[in-house]
Amino acid sequence: MLLIHCPWCGDRDETEFHYGGQAHVDYPENTADVDDVAWSEYLFVRDNPRGLFHERWTHTAGCRRWFNVVRDTTTNEMHPETAGKVAP
Amino acid sequence: MAPPRPVLPEPPPRLWRNPDPKRHYEVVIVGSGGHGLATAYYLARNHGIRDVAVLERGWLAGGNMARNTTIIRSNYLFDESAALYNHALNLWEQLPAELEYDFLFSQRGVLNLAHTEQEVRDSRRRVFANQLNGVDAEWVEPAEIAQLCPILNVSSDTRYPVLGATLQRRGGIAKHDHVAWAFARRADELGVDLIQGCEVTGFETDGDRVTGVQTSLGPIGAGKVALAAAGRTTLLTDTLGLRLPLQSHPLQALVSELLEPVHPCVIMSNHVHVYCSQAHKGELVLGAGIDAYNGYGQRGSVHVIERQMAAALELFPIFARAHVIRTWAGTVDVTPDASPIIGATPFENLFLNCGWGTGGFKATPGVGWVYAHTIATGRPHPLNEPYGLDRFATGALIDEHGAAAVAH
Ligand SMILES: Cc1cc2nc3c(=O)[nH]c(=O)nc-3n(C[C@H](O)[C@H](O)[C@H](O)COP(=O)(O)OP(=O)(O)OC[C@H]3O[C@@H](n4cnc5c(N)ncnc54)[C@H](O)[C@@H]3O)c2cc1C
Ligand SMILES: [Zn+2]
Repeated sequence: MLLIHCPWCGDRDETEFHYGGQAHVDYPENTADVDDVAWSEYLFVRDNPRGLFHERWTHTAGCRRWFNVVRDTTTNEMHPETAGKVAP
Repeated sequence: MAPPRPVLPEPPPRLWRNPDPKRHYEVVIVGSGGHGLATAYYLARNHGIRDVAVLERGWLAGGNMARNTTIIRSNYLFDESAALYNHALNLWEQLPAELEYDFLFSQRGVLNLAHTEQEVRDSRRRVFANQLNGVDAEWVEPAEIAQLCPILNVSSDTRYPVLGATLQRRGGIAKHDHVAWAFARRADELGVDLIQGCEVTGFETDGDRVTGVQTSLGPIGAGKVALAAAGRTTLLTDTLGLRLPLQSHPLQALVSELLEPVHPCVIMSNHVHVYCSQAHKGELVLGAGIDAYNGYGQRGSVHVIERQMAAALELFPIFARAHVIRTWAGTVDVTPDASPIIGATPFENLFLNCGWGTGGFKATPGVGWVYAHTIATGRPHPLNEPYGLDRFATGALIDEHGAAAVAH
């Protein structure tokens, strides 16, 4: 089980959290102009790196707030995005 | 008296050569899991294409093929899925004779339990859909379930009582390692080079054509390149700037110590989420769902194991004193609609077979057959036509999430 650091509540067990996938995936602008391929990219395609990954978690069983982390998908080491860890 | 425990088949004296790679092949397959090996076999057998290499970064069939819980069934809801998995099941039945290798395919029956009224309705709908698709399926009530699997607790005073189940009698398990070795031996005999310890790190390209692969053993030219790299597929396609709707997740399983034969079938429960069978040697084999987050570490979280064991204990009180011997995980590639991607890419001679998530073992011969057809002819087989990458843009999804009798 992962020990996850909620920025508001501190270190808590993974079971208190819900995973939200890749961070910084913005809703498309000018939606009327977005074609099917671009919609499919927005809806279905995410990065899947082996290594550092910007992702979202929500503290479901605690403060219920969302936050971003950078996690290494091979070691599960997690850092706040502000700690200077940036995925390539 | 307990029936005698089946003896595992002895591997034949000779399995496969370990050749050095040639400089060029007509077809290079990346990944020697069950899918890569079955594809190589059918390329040679069905299409006469024998100038084939299967490149494997680790050891033969050491990926998810060695880590799965070996359940085989074809009771999927949608027409496209039923057709593909049932094609596989038909092949499973004839393969031991065809490959002259007894890999202990055991059609002991698969029961998918229903624990809520909604699940009862969904399950019965799936039985009707299966029957319309020529897939054997029955709805069974608790009294009959108790006869089929006497160790299952079907009393009504559990938290999620068993309200009924779907039964596929032709479903079951097979000895996964031996399946891989059976395909490998025959592919090797037909001239396919199986090359272990050869990691593909990228591609050689010429415009929108792939002309070969870069590997840890140097460049290898290829007329066609066919990926069968499961959870590591996007690591390769990313090098081409080809973005796929795939996320790689840890998926765990565990086994108990060896026990006398007590569990005569396969039981799956979507609602309390555990599935269980007894391996030929005697271990109870238990699995559940993927870990929520992406991961390549081939290990998962212990609370997933805890939850599945709690569910198993409620269903099988007899397991209370069984010891867990081993837990492990694979890396499975999951698509948004929980169905695989099989077919062409924007690169004319690069082909995809990926996204099988938690359920690709059962498809092994079926996907090998249709993938070989796709590679050999450059066109999808009718059975994998609906599984193209373009379905995510056209919206023609094959949305088996939840419909396929177990969460993906
Ligand atoms: C715990 C667990 C339980 C499961 N239970 C079931 C089940 O009960 N029933 C079922 O139907 N399915 C089950 N599955 C799913 C099933 O195992 C997979 O869908 C199936 O094995 C996929 O087949 P494959 O040949 O594509 O994958 P793999 O066997 O993983 O083969 C891919 C191969 O490619 C190699 N590879 C990857 N990248 C490279 C590279 N760059 N260069 C060279 N080689 C590379 C890997 O080393 C690996 O050997 C389970 C999976 C797991 C992990
Ligand atoms: Zn919190």
